[in-house]
Amino acid sequence: MANVNANHHDSHDHHGESHGSVKSYVIGFILSIVLTIIPLVVVLQGWMTGNAAIAVIMITAVLQFLIQMLFFMHLKEEKKPRYNLLALLLALVIVVTVVAGSIWIMMYNTVAH
Amino acid sequence: MWENIKTFASEFFVTGDPLIYGADVSIALTLVAIVFALTYFKKWQWLWKEWITTVDHKKIGIMYILCSILMLFRGGVDALLMRTQLAMPDMQFLNAEHYNAIFTTHGVIMILFMAMPFMFGLFNIMVPLQIGARDVAFPFLNSLSFWLFFWGAMLFNMSFVIGGSPDAGWLAYPPLSGIDHSPGVGQNFYIWGIQISGIGSLMTGINFVVTILKMRTPGMKLMRMPMFTWSALSSCLTIMLAFPILTVTLAMLFIDRFAGGHFFTLDGGGNPMMYINLIWMWGHPEVYIVVLPAFGVFSEIFATFSKKKLFGYTSMVLAMMSIAIFSFFTWAHHFFTMGSGANVNAFFAVTTMLIAIPTGVKIFNWLFTMYKGKITFETPMLWAISFIPCFVIGGMTGVMLSVAPADFQFHNSYFLIAHFHQVLIGGVVFGFFAGLYYWWPKMFGFRLNERIGKWAFWFWNIGFYVCFMPQYGLGLMGMTRRVNEYDWSQGWDMGWMPLNIVSTVGAFLMGIGFIFQVWQIAYSIKNHKRDVNGDPWNGRTLEWSLPSPAPVYNFATLPKIQEVDSWWEEKERIKAGKPTPQAPLEPIHMPDNSAIPFIQSLFWFIAGFGFVFNWMFFAIPGLIGVAVTMIVRSFQKDEGYYIPVDEIKKTEASTRGAG
Repeated sequence: MANVNANHHDSHDHHGESHGSVKSYVIGFILSIVLTIIPLVVVLQGWMTGNAAIAVIMITAVLQFLIQMLFFMHLKEEKKPRYNLLALLLALVIVVTVVAGSIWIMMYNTVAH
Repeated sequence: MWENIKTFASEFFVTGDPLIYGADVSIALTLVAIVFALTYFKKWQWLWKEWITTVDHKKIGIMYILCSILMLFRGGVDALLMRTQLAMPDMQFLNAEHYNAIFTTHGVIMILFMAMPFMFGLFNIMVPLQIGARDVAFPFLNSLSFWLFFWGAMLFNMSFVIGGSPDAGWLAYPPLSGIDHSPGVGQNFYIWGIQISGIGSLMTGINFVVTILKMRTPGMKLMRMPMFTWSALSSCLTIMLAFPILTVTLAMLFIDRFAGGHFFTLDGGGNPMMYINLIWMWGHPEVYIVVLPAFGVFSEIFATFSKKKLFGYTSMVLAMMSIAIFSFFTWAHHFFTMGSGANVNAFFAVTTMLIAIPTGVKIFNWLFTMYKGKITFETPMLWAISFIPCFVIGGMTGVMLSVAPADFQFHNSYFLIAHFHQVLIGGVVFGFFAGLYYWWPKMFGFRLNERIGKWAFWFWNIGFYVCFMPQYGLGLMGMTRRVNEYDWSQGWDMGWMPLNIVSTVGAFLMGIGFIFQVWQIAYSIKNHKRDVNGDPWNGRTLEWSLPSPAPVYNFATLPKIQEVDSWWEEKERIKAGKPTPQAPLEPIHMPDNSAIPFIQSLFWFIAGFGFVFNWMFFAIPGLIGVAVTMIVRSFQKDEGYYIPVDEIKKTEASTRGAG
């Protein structure tokens, strides 16, 4: 049956990787909602302004990202070769480039000042 | 009441230009002809069953290429209209607004609705065949990608006769593309046409990365893959990382226009320069996305028509992958003149020059592949050979542009126009044509006529140089892009006329080349000889081991791969009387057809149309339709079907003849 399996399209049956339990999904779901509400409330209620507010948004965003990766993308449970992890690292490089590059380019933008 | 309808119609339809009325009539006639032909020949059911609902990657690929050739025609007509207007000073052919709309649609269509689908078409048809797979990893998603592209492209093209075309340039920089300066619906068509087809592009990128990583036949290690598959992998990885940036940027522009946001308006604390920064973070990788697969095609063709292994396989792989990554570090060279200071410009000038190194490596690899090879000059090889000088000149003018201080002179002049047309036509278009000629026998089971093909090739090639070489000169003489006339009477004729006339002649020569290609295809469909052995070029990679066209399941038994260029080596073994033994046949599992991709994409089209005109009674039902089709799909048990061994035997016997 090797032939058939190699071309099995919805193949949940033959690689045996776990896709999380109800419990882990619920925990992830609650954490992600909490991490969405925190920055929203902080800004809307005016609890913090300026750099403090930006810091809160940034930190909750990074935590949110980790939650998504661990609880929904199952990054920890991946078997070798770890394509998902590689893709994620590549994406991180690009994200850092995008964010840092934009800040660098726009900071020295003499037209906007 | 009647007056209301008349006012509505005069705003809804584009009016007032005889060219547009002519187009209206021809569109209506074409639609009537298509409906009549389908009904007369009773082909509606065939169209629905065999094409619209298909999940077969080969058929989806053919549909992609068909659409992209139609789009090439439209974009090409746009180009000829522009060149006619610019042929002489004081031409009264297109007015300024119409000219703006045409250069905008020309750019968008050629990049997003011609080059991208052509590339996806070649991926679809060839990547599974080259890696020994029976379909892509996600066949349903593949069909959905195609239909999203199709309806996105339809939405964009509709702007031509309904509502008015976008006219703020192919990348729609604010503030010009903002609601204050472009209050019409044209920019909305731009945003939604690209967004809808962009979702499809992103999904295709994911689909092919997974296909290539997960679905290779036994023994096909990464470093044994054909070079075109490597190029598809590098291009799709770049798509996965770059297209989200485009989606987000256009979504922000949409929020600015639709909901009064201030991401890109100075008065609300935003910054239009940020848009330029973001859009080029997608835009620069995008040009590598389309050119890398062309490099892959050339690598296949040089090896096949020189009867030699590709020179420097490993260095080629490294060059492709490093270009894919480096393409993300050069974007600011598109706006050296923005005023970001010397450090930023110096950094991006250096990265831009660096990316020329892997490209140079590839050029030498191709040259050494041909060195001492037994070269034959069939049409695919002609396009491939002509690509080398063309791309070298284009690349060198690119390095000139990357010198930041000099760029202040070249920026947005015809020098730039000549440069990017040289790399995009000389690289991408020549590459995809070469790929189409090369793989046509595999797609349809017969070869295209060589004699007409050579006429087409020479018209294209000579036309190209006649059209774009003068534009380098025009750029240095000060002619800027996007001017619609250069006026004697205003006293600023700069002696641009002679070169402009030559350039226009060149554009029409390429137009004649296109007509030759259409004739070539039509002629070859009528008078062809069937290709019986499936390997007309004496190919090297796995796709040539199959009958032409490949059966629905591609491979009756999955081949076992032991080396690069496995089919070539296998042929040597067969000659020596020691073919690799094949496994016995087993039933083959295949995916079922589905109508959902077509229907869901149609709902996206309806939603997009609603957002374009701000008609919520269209947009909301459209979005509901999208959601419902998604839900229906998630509860479907789509288990596919098995092709029994008897049927495989029958198909193999009929397609491979006695053997």
